[in-house]
Formats: sequence, structure tokens, C-alpha cells
Amino acid sequence: MNLDFSQIVPYIPFILEGIWVTLKFVIVAIIFGFVFGSILALLKISHIKPLNWFADAYTSIFRGTPLILQLMIIYFAIPQLTGYDISPFLSAILAFGLNSSAYISEIIRAGIQAVDKGQVEAAQALGIPYRLMMKDLIFPQALKNILPALMNEFITLTKESAIVSTIGYLDLMRRAQVVGADTYRNFEPLIFVGLIYWVMVMGLTLIGKRVERKLKYSD
Amino acid sequence: MIKVENLYKQFGKTEVLKNISTTIDTGEVVSIIGPSGSGKSTFLRCLNLLEVPTKGKIWIEGQEMTDPKTNIMKVRQEIGMVFQHFYLFPHLSVLDNLTYAPMKVKGLSRDEAQTKAKDLLAKVGLTEKETAFPANLSGGQKQRVAIARALAMEPKLMLFDEPTSALDPEMVKEVLNVMKDLAQSGMTMAVVTHEMRFAREVADRIMFLDEGTLLEEGAPSEFFTNPKTSRARDFLEKIL
Repeated sequence: MNLDFSQIVPYIPFILEGIWVTLKFVIVAIIFGFVFGSILALLKISHIKPLNWFADAYTSIFRGTPLILQLMIIYFAIPQLTGYDISPFLSAILAFGLNSSAYISEIIRAGIQAVDKGQVEAAQALGIPYRLMMKDLIFPQALKNILPALMNEFITLTKESAIVSTIGYLDLMRRAQVVGADTYRNFEPLIFVGLIYWVMVMGLTLIGKRVERKLKYSD
Repeated sequence: MIKVENLYKQFGKTEVLKNISTTIDTGEVVSIIGPSGSGKSTFLRCLNLLEVPTKGKIWIEGQEMTDPKTNIMKVRQEIGMVFQHFYLFPHLSVLDNLTYAPMKVKGLSRDEAQTKAKDLLAKVGLTEKETAFPANLSGGQKQRVAIARALAMEPKLMLFDEPTSALDPEMVKEVLNVMKDLAQSGMTMAVVTHEMRFAREVADRIMFLDEGTLLEEGAPSEFFTNPKTSRARDFLEKIL
């Protein structure tokens, strides 16, 4: 069997640097996706029809086309259209943030709508304004219900982040390919970054479990 | 205190309330009774506009609720409401359930709100449950907290929508006792209820609704012993 992990040892620092490169844009994209997804969810449950249409159309487009296509359009097509030379980092954040906000908005919308209607009535009867009611009373309850689905989305995003390697962003995946091309050995670097992805996802899973446990206090 | 004039409510094609007119005076306790589906709850929910009337007018303390220019949020702060299924905020402790609206809506300081809340919890006999979460309370305790939560806003009027219907029988009394105390303290109350003993003993007036119409109203002594309509007689025969 032709397997020799010692061959990639000199490249390990180079690969490990990729962890931060990947995490950097994944974290920003998750925050972006969550904030924008929450706003979209609010538009979806609003009583103003054009806002519903906008949010639904948005979701339909970003869920209905491949993520890699969206990434390519942002990275290759935007410069052609505007002349603005967009960086791989910004393209990655935009593509992943915009894409995951479509999924997250659906998760949050379902979560909000699953909160007992009586909660809204109780808040209304107390004269609590809509904004406060959503922020302090409905949203926290929704969040608790949707946490597993939300964690799932974050995990997917972390793993799918590997496709930014196609626009030359030097993330973990891309670094494995670089090492592979350099050493003519692909198995070892790919297995190595595979392990790193798995550890990162396990980390996310543990964080999710902890948060879930913390929110359980009121049961 | 409350004036209702020619109130109609339709859900789609179904007429749930038909031409209801009545008044409720300050300090008065009114029990709204009638068979299920008669529109009792809808009538009550129209009073604080949780249901928007199809036609007709409602005044609360001289403020016309049905006028689109009225700030309903503001008026609702003066109307406490207690629901059949409590609807406490499950992610907040009992104390926070009581202090949230006074702090955020009325702008009370945390100290003021907590002093007031503790006072109310003592009144409903739940001082020791201050830090508990709603999930850890019995139905009767939840409903007493819900009453205290409504009272924390210092309302001028309290609406009760079948407050004991979701309770185990042995817990009905503790809630009714709190309501009785409240009635004796001079609170204006409108109570949709199936508790005929409460209606008879505590209410100043009975409103009997059937199929969306206010069939008769009067003092409990009169209504329970000598109902005017045959529909009310039938109803009383079935339940008493």
C-alpha cells in the first residue's frame, strides 16, 4: 500500500493555517446569514404582502440554484458587470451569507409560527409593542425550538465552505489540493483536512448541545 | 366604564355576535354565561380588541376602542386579561413574568416593579414561587400568577376568559378565591365562566348569551331563580 503520512509533515503548518482561513469566513457568513435570515423571517410573517413576496422570492432563488453557481456569479460575474475587483474572501462571505440566510429564514419562520398564538395574545393584552414582544418574548421561545435545525445549518455551512476552493480562496480544502499537487500524493493531505473538518463539526455539535442544555432550564 | 353599542362580529360567513349593546359600570362584576359556541369568549375578546368587531362601537373609560385613531396599546395597558390556558411566558421566571410589562411598557424601575410584583405574589399566595419557572407550577398556581401578572399593570378593568376551565377540579377554588378577593377590592370585572356558583355569589350581574345574542341580563338572584327566556331556563336546567 502506497501510504506515507511523513511526506506531508513539512506541509502541516501550511495546512493548519487554513483552519483559521476557513473559520474566518465561516463565522462571518454564519453571523451574516443569521441576522439577514432573521430579518427575512420577519418579512415572511409580516402582514404586508410585498414584503412577503420579496422574502419568498429571495428564498426561492437562493434555495433553487446551486451554491457553487451563486459563488461563481459573485466572484466572476460581478467584476465583469461593475468593474469592481471583488476579493475571494468577500465573495465567499456574500455567497455563503446570502445563501444560508435563505435557509435560516425558513427555519426561523417555522420556529416563530410554532410558538403558541396565545403568547402573542398575552403580550398584546398587556399592551406590549410588537418589537419588544418579538425580541423578548416570541423570538427566545422560537430559538429554543429551532436550535437543533439551526445547528444543522451551521454544520452544513462549515462543511460546504470547502467549495470556496474553486475560486482560489486558500481555505483548508484548497490547501490540501496544493499539497497534493506539490507532493504528487493526494490521499494523505485529503485525509488530513478531512479529519480537521470532522473535528470542527464535532466542536460545533458540542457547542450546540451545551446551548440546548442551557435553554432547557425552563422545562 | 365600558359601553358597547350594536356590536357585531363575523368570522367569514358565520355571525358570532349579533347586535350586542350593554354597559358595565366601574366596580361592577359581570359574569358572562351561555352554552358553548354562544359567543361569550368572542364578546370578551372584542372588549380589548383581540378580536376586531365587524360593526358597532366600544368605549372603555370614554375612549372609543373601535375608533382607528385610538392608541389601542395604550388602552390595553389599563385592561388586564386572564386566559383559559394562562399563557405565562415560559422562558421567564414567575417574578420576571410579573415585572416584564411594567418595566418595559410603563417604564417602572426594576426595584419598583419587583416590590410591586412581590406584593402581588403575596396576595395570590405564591411568595415562595418567585424564582420558579411556569413549567414547574400547577395549573392553579399558573393561573394565580397570570392574574398577578395582569394586576401588575394596575389595570382599571379585568377580563377573565374561562379562567378555571383548564384546571383540575381541586385547583378551581384557589383561583376563584383570588378572583373573589379581587371583586371585593372593587375591581371592575368581566368574567366568562362555567362556574355557576361563582357567578351567583360574586357577580353583580349576569349576561346570558345564546347564538351570538344577548338574550337576557340581570341580577344573579333573579336570573338563577326566575330566568325570563325559555332558552336560559333550558340552559340552567342542564347545568344545575
